[in-house]
Amino acid sequence: MTWALVLGLAAGSYAFKVLGLVIIGDRTPPRVLDRCLTLIPAALIAALIVKDTFSTGQDLGLDARAVGVAGAVIAAWRKAPLVVVIGVAAALTAAVRAAG
Amino acid sequence: MIRASVTLGLAVGAFAVSFGVGAVSAGASTLQACAMSLLVFTGASQFSAVSVIAAGGSVASALGGALLLSARNGVYGLAMSRHLKGRLGTRLVAAQLTLDESTAMALAQDDEDARRVAFWATGLSVYVFWNVGALVGALLGTAIDPATYGLDAAFPAAFVAMLWPHLRSRRGRSAAALGAVICLALVPFVPVGVPILGAVLAVLVGVPRSDDGADEIPATEQ
Repeated sequence: MTWALVLGLAAGSYAFKVLGLVIIGDRTPPRVLDRCLTLIPAALIAALIVKDTFSTGQDLGLDARAVGVAGAVIAAWRKAPLVVVIGVAAALTAAVRAAG
Repeated sequence: MIRASVTLGLAVGAFAVSFGVGAVSAGASTLQACAMSLLVFTGASQFSAVSVIAAGGSVASALGGALLLSARNGVYGLAMSRHLKGRLGTRLVAAQLTLDESTAMALAQDDEDARRVAFWATGLSVYVFWNVGALVGALLGTAIDPATYGLDAAFPAAFVAMLWPHLRSRRGRSAAALGAVICLALVPFVPVGVPILGAVLAVLVGVPRSDDGADEIPATEQ
């Protein structure tokens, strides 16, 4: 781990944030762009879910996390509070790992 | 909503503990792990950078992958900019807090005031808990294995909760399903982090105009 990585990543990450929020973002987008922009969280959060659930690096697979996340989906569907959704996922995942 | 923000912060903080542990075991000093969390403040990027370094990757490859992952915050900034007007100084601070959690929590709200409150409450909560968690993790060193406690599933579980409001509309469901499929299809073939960027193509389901407006995203209804 080097300071070049820490500081380079800090500068680059902040540049992306400022570019989107402050530099480009001030203009009112056309309606079609607006419709697409509001869909970004749905698309990306869904992608993050499957990435964190089914992949390790570039390998796809089913492991204990899938059981935990399935539990989270059921908890969210039953309108459980966030802490329960997360707790169920962590507990189920840990239990499956401990059993396996 | 504030309680949801704090709860999310706590969950993120627990994850940050595992980041701190991972960073130190990858050879970072406690100061470096904390500086990274304070300055970068993009969870996925930090994990990505640490895991590449831990696997023996170069600084350049660690930086490249992590920056690809953080590029999506620029996209979040675009989505949030309409809701975060104000002085330049305020917006420059808001920029640092623009990330998955704050954007998702804000866009899940139904009116402008609630969106602003959700953004700042979630952003600040996550910032505090993320950095405290990273410090705790760095100090714990290698004592904790996050997998043993299922903490690696806490992250996607939080995303599940965040995704839920977006599934109320047909377009939201389509974008989510397509985003997930694109991501899974890309995972084996492109560097870690790129599938998330590729999933942004799923927003193209928003291009056709809806016939009755009934399937507009709830977050855009005024």
